[in-house]
Amino acid sequence: MNNMTTPVLEARDVTMRFGGLTAVRSVDFTVNSGEIVGLIGPNGAGKTTFFNCLTGLYIPTEGTVSYKGTVLPPKPHLVTMAGIARTFQNIRLFANMTVLENVLVGRHTRTKEGLWSALLRGPGFKKAEKASEERAMELLEFIGLADKRDHLARNLPYGEQRKLEIARALASEPGLLLLDEPTAGMNPQETRATEELVFAIRDKGIAVLLIEHDMRFVFNLCDRVAVLVQGEKLVEGTSEVVQADERVIAAYLGEPFEGAPGEAEAAEVAAAEAQNASTKGDAQ
Amino acid sequence: MTDTTKTTPTARGLIPLPLAAARALLLAGGIATTASAFLAWTWTSEFPGDLTITGYPGGLQWLTFTAGILTALFALAAYGIRGLGWLLPARNNAPLVLTAIGAFGVTWYTIISIAVELGGLANLEPGGYIAAIASVLPVLGAFALPEPNTGDTKENLKAYIAKPDGIPAPQPLSGWAERALITVVTALGLAVFTYGIDTEYGELFIGYLIVVVFAVWALHTAGLIDRFSRLVAHNRSFTLAMGFAAAIVFPFTQSNDHYANIGVNILIFGTVALGLNIVVGLAGLLDLGYVAFLGVGAYTAALVSGSEFSRFSGVQFPFWAAALAGAAASLIFGVLIGAPTLRLRGDYLAIVTLGFGEIFRIAVNNMDGDSGPDITNGPNGIPAIPDLSFFGYNFGEAHDIAGFTLGRFANYYLLMVLIMAIVVLVYTRAADSRIGRSWIAIREDETAATAMGINGFRVKLIAFALGATLAGLAGTVSAHVTYSVVPNPYQFAGAAPPNSAFLLAAVVLGGMGTVAGPILGAALLYLLPEKLVFLQDKSLLAFGIALILLMRFRPEGIIANRRRQLEFHETGQLDVPDTTTLTDEPATVTKAGA
Repeated sequence: MNNMTTPVLEARDVTMRFGGLTAVRSVDFTVNSGEIVGLIGPNGAGKTTFFNCLTGLYIPTEGTVSYKGTVLPPKPHLVTMAGIARTFQNIRLFANMTVLENVLVGRHTRTKEGLWSALLRGPGFKKAEKASEERAMELLEFIGLADKRDHLARNLPYGEQRKLEIARALASEPGLLLLDEPTAGMNPQETRATEELVFAIRDKGIAVLLIEHDMRFVFNLCDRVAVLVQGEKLVEGTSEVVQADERVIAAYLGEPFEGAPGEAEAAEVAAAEAQNASTKGDAQ
Repeated sequence: MTDTTKTTPTARGLIPLPLAAARALLLAGGIATTASAFLAWTWTSEFPGDLTITGYPGGLQWLTFTAGILTALFALAAYGIRGLGWLLPARNNAPLVLTAIGAFGVTWYTIISIAVELGGLANLEPGGYIAAIASVLPVLGAFALPEPNTGDTKENLKAYIAKPDGIPAPQPLSGWAERALITVVTALGLAVFTYGIDTEYGELFIGYLIVVVFAVWALHTAGLIDRFSRLVAHNRSFTLAMGFAAAIVFPFTQSNDHYANIGVNILIFGTVALGLNIVVGLAGLLDLGYVAFLGVGAYTAALVSGSEFSRFSGVQFPFWAAALAGAAASLIFGVLIGAPTLRLRGDYLAIVTLGFGEIFRIAVNNMDGDSGPDITNGPNGIPAIPDLSFFGYNFGEAHDIAGFTLGRFANYYLLMVLIMAIVVLVYTRAADSRIGRSWIAIREDETAATAMGINGFRVKLIAFALGATLAGLAGTVSAHVTYSVVPNPYQFAGAAPPNSAFLLAAVVLGGMGTVAGPILGAALLYLLPEKLVFLQDKSLLAFGIALILLMRFRPEGIIANRRRQLEFHETGQLDVPDTTTLTDEPATVTKAGA
């Protein structure tokens, strides 16, 4: 555990409602610098919605998100500009651009050559393009895709597409990287490789927040794990604390010997209600 | 140099003939078709082109002649004649089949149109019958060539026109030879293009289209077009320079200013299409009212042209100022329209731009002093726009330069070549930069692009405004070329270009995201209604059918952008760039959908 460090991300009282449906309910959440934090929870617990609130894709109904002490505006490109980069649960690469171009797009916020400089092609433009390309190639070497720089992203194998998405996010020079299910669909070897990659990213001084269903992956990797159930934060703490918590087990597996067999969902609802009886959210 | 198709045990022709006979038939038929072009096909010169002279081809016979020569050349190349091997690098049958069909098509088209137009087969001379029979021979020979028999007739037929995979790479040429080759091909292209523009009657143009389509298709299946595009990729700026040189040479090859008029209109249309390509092809914004920006440029130029019918008849800007004013007015108009509408995506944006395009035309129609402010003279437009004059060079008069006469339209044509050069430069430079990448990213996945820090609205607005500016620039010239501006041409759809539907069609037909595509598309879409006057009111129907056919068989457009081609054809194979060698691909990839 890394304590005594400054918070990178602070979410205060974040609530997201879609009409009558509350997907995320007053979640307080902090990520400190140099930390790898995991966010777990059953399907539909609101993890991705919470991610979208953090990155400005959704405007939270209530609450604020701040990065290194400044409150973030709810615009995705400004959030990225501030220093939070993300990947997506279902890979969203620019499929018909090359590997290198994908990473170069990630450099967008850290370069500022506009239309005029592109048209006039002064020395500044060429220098900036060259620097961008060098930086992008460094990142491709870091994730091990340098030899595929001219392949179209769509033609990469699945695991490499995930890696490329991470490289693209890193290109924006973030202080915090959000990974939405980075190992979904990967085989065990690829998952282990991703583990190494996440450690390497942390060693670069970038804090990582990840959503994941692979528990072994999460508990191996994370300094701290938070559990989201039905839009609310159930527990937060080290791997040991979370693994031992009965409410977490109940949320995932249903409470043992209670309720009819096969009614795991009912048990899940009961678990959530036990935690906070006053509200009756129907977050799916 | 062995024939790969011969080694397949099941390979045999659709028409049961030995290989030697099939090849002999192809060669003999090709030569006979060529020779038959020298005969008299009909007795009267009523059929355009005068096909009555024995010993000299006329009109459509020249096309039969060309197609026959091509067939014979490919037949000789199939024999493995030294010096012709480059024509058939893959030793495949498709080019033979396609050129044979092309020769057959153009000959039979001519024979049938003689019979139909002059009222009966009696109008054919024996030479016509000989040509008809001679042109069938290579087709018979072509389909007697052995192809693997799959037992399915449709598959068998497809095999005859399929482009094989793995065409052997050419021997590397020296840089000098590459450039020489590009020069030759450009000159050839100019000759073919000039011939098409100069066709004097519809039949000749249709025959021309038949020959060109089949010849290009044959070259494509032979793998020669791929080889040439690789050469172009190595010598991009040289090719661009050659292209512009060819464009500049064009008016000097024309004795009749009418064809220069067609040329200048194609250039205006092509320039605007290229501007639209930024908006549609790069940024992926479907703009259905784009022609309004051409209108804004044209009206601005007309208002400051010094025309006595202009609201500001006392004002006469020099052309550079008028061009800047037109471009600036279009830019402002583009930002004004773009700012509120670009927050919409997809279909909604298309509908809103369609609406704004029509608003422009209707507003211009009503600003006549009665129903609105007196600015544009309403439906009468602004006539009598004076010709341009640069340093005493009056564009309205014919000038003799080095023995060549440049008429009024040729002057404007050369000015448009300059404008198009600017637009091509803007397009290529913008596309290959940070802003160009962000346009493509927005087109590919807008959510991911914004999550990568791209301000979607701002970037889209720049694309929209830049496209508008380029169209406005072209509009300023177009006002002078046509003497007058009226609201009517600036509509969504009409029978003749430019209108928004045609502009969009030019971009899509030619190939989105490429430079040459929209220009080629514009040339085709301008020439077709111009040349095929006999279609008259059915031209839109023919246009629609052609569009459907092309989108069915080649959705990426005539000139395919590499990205687009992959988008539309899921081949499932890895696309490996030329430069890297394919090492062991990881075979352990699981594509599980978690």
